[in-house]
Amino acid sequence: MADVAIARLPETSAELRKARALSLGARCALPVAVLLGLGFLAPILAIFGYAFATPRSFDLFRSFTLENFATIFSPSNTVWVSFAWSCGFALFTVAILALVAYPIAYGLTMVFGRAAPLISVLFVFPLFVSENVRLYGWVLFFIKNGVLDGTLKWLGLPGGPEVLFTPGITLFGMVYTYLPFMLFPMTLGLALVPRDLVDAARDLGAGRLFIWREIELPLAMPGILIGMLLTFVLAIGATAEAKILGGQSIIVISHDIEIAFTYSQNWPLGSALAVVVTVFIGALTLFALSRLDLDRMLGRR
Amino acid sequence: MSDRAKRRSNAFIWSWTAFVLVVVYLPIVCGALASFNKSRYFGFPIKVYSTEWWQKTLDSIEIGMLVRNSILIALLVTAISVVIATFGALAFARYDWRGRRLYQKLILLPIFFPQPVLGLALLLSFSALGIQTSWMTAVFAHLVWIVPVVTLVIAIQVYGFDPSLEEAAFDLGCSRLQVFREVTLPLLWPGIWSGMLFAFLLSWSNFPLSLYTAGADSTIPKWLYAKMVAGYTPMVPALGTMATLGAASLLLAGGVIGMLARRRRLA
Repeated sequence: MADVAIARLPETSAELRKARALSLGARCALPVAVLLGLGFLAPILAIFGYAFATPRSFDLFRSFTLENFATIFSPSNTVWVSFAWSCGFALFTVAILALVAYPIAYGLTMVFGRAAPLISVLFVFPLFVSENVRLYGWVLFFIKNGVLDGTLKWLGLPGGPEVLFTPGITLFGMVYTYLPFMLFPMTLGLALVPRDLVDAARDLGAGRLFIWREIELPLAMPGILIGMLLTFVLAIGATAEAKILGGQSIIVISHDIEIAFTYSQNWPLGSALAVVVTVFIGALTLFALSRLDLDRMLGRR
Repeated sequence: MSDRAKRRSNAFIWSWTAFVLVVVYLPIVCGALASFNKSRYFGFPIKVYSTEWWQKTLDSIEIGMLVRNSILIALLVTAISVVIATFGALAFARYDWRGRRLYQKLILLPIFFPQPVLGLALLLSFSALGIQTSWMTAVFAHLVWIVPVVTLVIAIQVYGFDPSLEEAAFDLGCSRLQVFREVTLPLLWPGIWSGMLFAFLLSWSNFPLSLYTAGADSTIPKWLYAKMVAGYTPMVPALGTMATLGAASLLLAGGVIGMLARRRRLA
């Protein structure tokens, strides 16, 4: 026994040292990992902690209760209405954006040629303008005596429709804000479709619809799915659209969370709501990401 | 597919893209129009145009502070994130190591997370730790979201990079630092440059994270939002338009510098 132990010792310690010394890749990843650990995972852990604390208290990890979740899921509470609105808005946003972005993504990969980089930049640029500035521009466009209404009246027409501060305009705002998040993953996905394959199918007599359904769509699917997931997740958490364009006619779920954190000073309840949203989003994202090969998506140039 | 059908579908794609671009830029144009309206309340068609509100915005001391805060935050975020993300991108795309798959997914999580919720979660953690929120905590919050984005931007450049060039330099007797400075960095430079532009501009325009994590310090998007909700003045569209023009000129300058640098290297 003793011999065996002695004989094995150096080997194990060498192995240990080897395992302890981080590989070059791991060392390069370390700063990012530390940042995300402290700035992303820890705050999520904190909201999980607060979600189980006594309502209206600030005792993190010192009390344990399911009361906050009971409040959320009790039938008398209307928070599920906000959640339903957010989910509904998000689903419609994804569906509309898929239709809006597909022709543009197709154009960027197959049609625009040398103009494609410039057109991409034109679609990226709005990301560098605060969403509230862009949404407020729509308020100025749609408001009474605004750009649309004023122009129509100037032309002698009865004036624009009153769309501001309705759920419909909130949906429009989300579609508008999240367009780039659908467009670019979709473009990456379509860039994965080998042109020769499409040409070969065409030479063999395949129709356009057939090529689209059997070749383009399945091969571009990873990108399209990422775009859909990303827009869905971001739209679930969107607040600015409902506040600025929707005039709070609809309370979305993130707004409810914000109210709990700020006006009503009920951090545990707000945290419990945030946990519900996080678990929902996290489950969706982790499931989708686990089936994805990022090297293939980003690496093919 | 016949040529005519192809031409027709291409015409549809071009016109649809043009239409969507018009819609994308329409509100920005509306804001610019409103900023040149002389009267306090917006009405269209504008009766009297004036640059009065631009002048007032430029003269305001309060707005000067906001601009300084926004620039300071964006510069710090750019400087820190570009260093972290360059190494992060090498780990993402260049090296094969055991935790890489997991790491690649971890990096995406903050991007796939609604920023208002992230901002609130950070606010809660700061106060649980007894940290007073200010522009410094906003820098940290911005980093959590911007570092992953910049990492992806640089990673795309890393994928197109030939590892044998580094190995050749090692074989010729270069030290690790020399290889990094003389081979790796110059090859990655275009990606790093775009990453820096992304970092600055995304921080410059960020609203949800600044709203919750900047504490008493205000940034341009935060101030604009406060005024939109209560107390509209034409300074709101004026400052919004200025911020947009600032971002556009920076992007343009960045693009031109990037192009010139590429041309010089090729020459």
